[in-house]
Amino acid sequence: MSQNASPSKVSAKVGTFKHAMYAHKWLYIMIIPGVIYMIIFSYLPMGGLIMAFQDFSPYNGDTMLGAFVHSPFAGLSIFRKFFTGPDFIQVLTNTLSISIANLVFYFPAPIILALLLNEIKNVAFKKTAQTMVYIPHFISMVIVAALTAQLFSTTDGLVHHWLVGIFGRNHAPDIMSNPKLFVSMIVGQSMWKETGYGTIIFLAALSGVDVQLYEAAEVDGANRWQKMWHITLPAIRSTIVIMLILRVGTILNTGYEQIFLMQNSMNRGVSDVFDTYIYTKGVVNGNYSLATAAGLFKSLVSMIMVLGANKLAKMFGESGFY
Amino acid sequence: MAKTKQIKIKRSPGDQFVQILIYLFVGVFALITMLPFVYIVAGSFATERELTERAFFLFPRTISMNAYQYIFKTGDAIKGLRNSAFVTIVGVMINMTLSATLAYPLSRPYFRGRKFFTNMVIITMLFTGGMVPAYMLVANVLHLKNTFWALWLPGAINPFNMIIIKNYFQGLPVELEEAARIDGCNDAQTFIKIILPLSKPVLASVALFYAVTHWNSYFNAMMYISDSSKEVIQIVLRRIIFLTSSVANDSGFDWGSFGMPPQKAVKMATTVVATIPILLIYPFVQKYFTQGVMVGSVKG
Repeated sequence: MSQNASPSKVSAKVGTFKHAMYAHKWLYIMIIPGVIYMIIFSYLPMGGLIMAFQDFSPYNGDTMLGAFVHSPFAGLSIFRKFFTGPDFIQVLTNTLSISIANLVFYFPAPIILALLLNEIKNVAFKKTAQTMVYIPHFISMVIVAALTAQLFSTTDGLVHHWLVGIFGRNHAPDIMSNPKLFVSMIVGQSMWKETGYGTIIFLAALSGVDVQLYEAAEVDGANRWQKMWHITLPAIRSTIVIMLILRVGTILNTGYEQIFLMQNSMNRGVSDVFDTYIYTKGVVNGNYSLATAAGLFKSLVSMIMVLGANKLAKMFGESGFY
Repeated sequence: MAKTKQIKIKRSPGDQFVQILIYLFVGVFALITMLPFVYIVAGSFATERELTERAFFLFPRTISMNAYQYIFKTGDAIKGLRNSAFVTIVGVMINMTLSATLAYPLSRPYFRGRKFFTNMVIITMLFTGGMVPAYMLVANVLHLKNTFWALWLPGAINPFNMIIIKNYFQGLPVELEEAARIDGCNDAQTFIKIILPLSKPVLASVALFYAVTHWNSYFNAMMYISDSSKEVIQIVLRRIIFLTSSVANDSGFDWGSFGMPPQKAVKMATTVVATIPILLIYPFVQKYFTQGVMVGSVKG
């Protein structure tokens, strides 16, 4: 029966690629748009990375391709300029400050909230709280920026009004423009927006825990912390590891929409990160080679970080991501 | 059940206290999450005088629709909403067509070249050309600036979303497909008549993923669209909140007895108008997103 039903098995026996292609020609037709799309929008830009090794200018040729062909080869000089330039250390410092603050405060927040939600037995309370904390995930960064501006505005912001009540008019922190508070503001926004939604994946892992384990532990006299340490945390350990790998891989990605929206002339010294630097240098100023070199550096570091973290996770006995 | 209840009663006072703290913490966190929304919605219906007099209120003393009337009269936000809706609807159709047709062959174990094409996708998840080459492709090579294509084509296939669909296709029972083949369906017919109808939950959740992305997207619109008639709502909102210093006094609009343009209320009302479409689909989104995240977390 299965012989008739599945021509693929027959073709596999015949073994010729041509035959397989003919038998499933529709699959090959179907994949064409996706493949063309990937070639144009993912692989063609990778070819554009050659700009990082050229003194590229679009005016070097009549067409884009001509410009690539006729731009002089510059070896690694662009990278040398980028790494030794005045901005590199600052941009790297700013990016890492935000990423590390995110890793320390924003990354564990959903885990903690998930553990707390897991302790809540009142179903109605839990459902309501979950519905409320998921909402910010779905709103845009522009709205987050708009809400921040309206809440923390020094003229008429609600939270600023409260801060004035606490610290006094002259000492109330101006979150929107004080460079010292920029990282806190960014991390705070991220936490407000994503902590709730981030719990979903951990709660899902927790829902798979056998209730009998807890019951057995209770019979053995385990308290709340012992149950959490010996049952709950091991249950979500591999999820935590995978989420950590993903996060570490994005260490140079600071979410340019968010930074870009919160950037202003007052905080530029601390808010210029790789993404905004690349945008300003490349798209705004037309310094294509330099911006591409910065982008290539960022892409390479991200890739090495993901692969490295993945390998590390496997060494420690977790399943990893790939 | 009875056993757990018995144990619960035996809780020590200290443990009870911790339990109360947990409820309190979660409750406060949920309320803080909601606070900005409540503040904005309440404020958008208030008069400007009340907004300057009272810092925080759940219900304005005088309900004023001035801010909303202003928004609808000047029409910028409405134009933004209309453009965003169009971009989102067409964008999602492009996303889904490209993602599903790519996912199906990749999900078939008998598809020769499956490994090659899957790797082709995975490479794009690990490494990209970056912002500048992507920008130049859209702006200088394809000349899509000031067209909605610049918002539709980059990111038309999100590899993560595509893999969610692919994993779902893989999980469908093989027998159905075999039955279709016996009935004389070729791969394309099987895909359209059998696979797609069976995959409604995952298609709905991925479509919602894409829809929210399109609706919320700001950066691409900022880079590629400068034609004011093609502005999307996020651009309009950003301009009204951060760039417009004052609501026009000379718009010939009757501000009622108070006679003052509701500066703050207009900002708030615009924020509300931009948020509402997302909140309207939130009940569906919540259901499907949770499923989508679940499906996505299954490795494959």
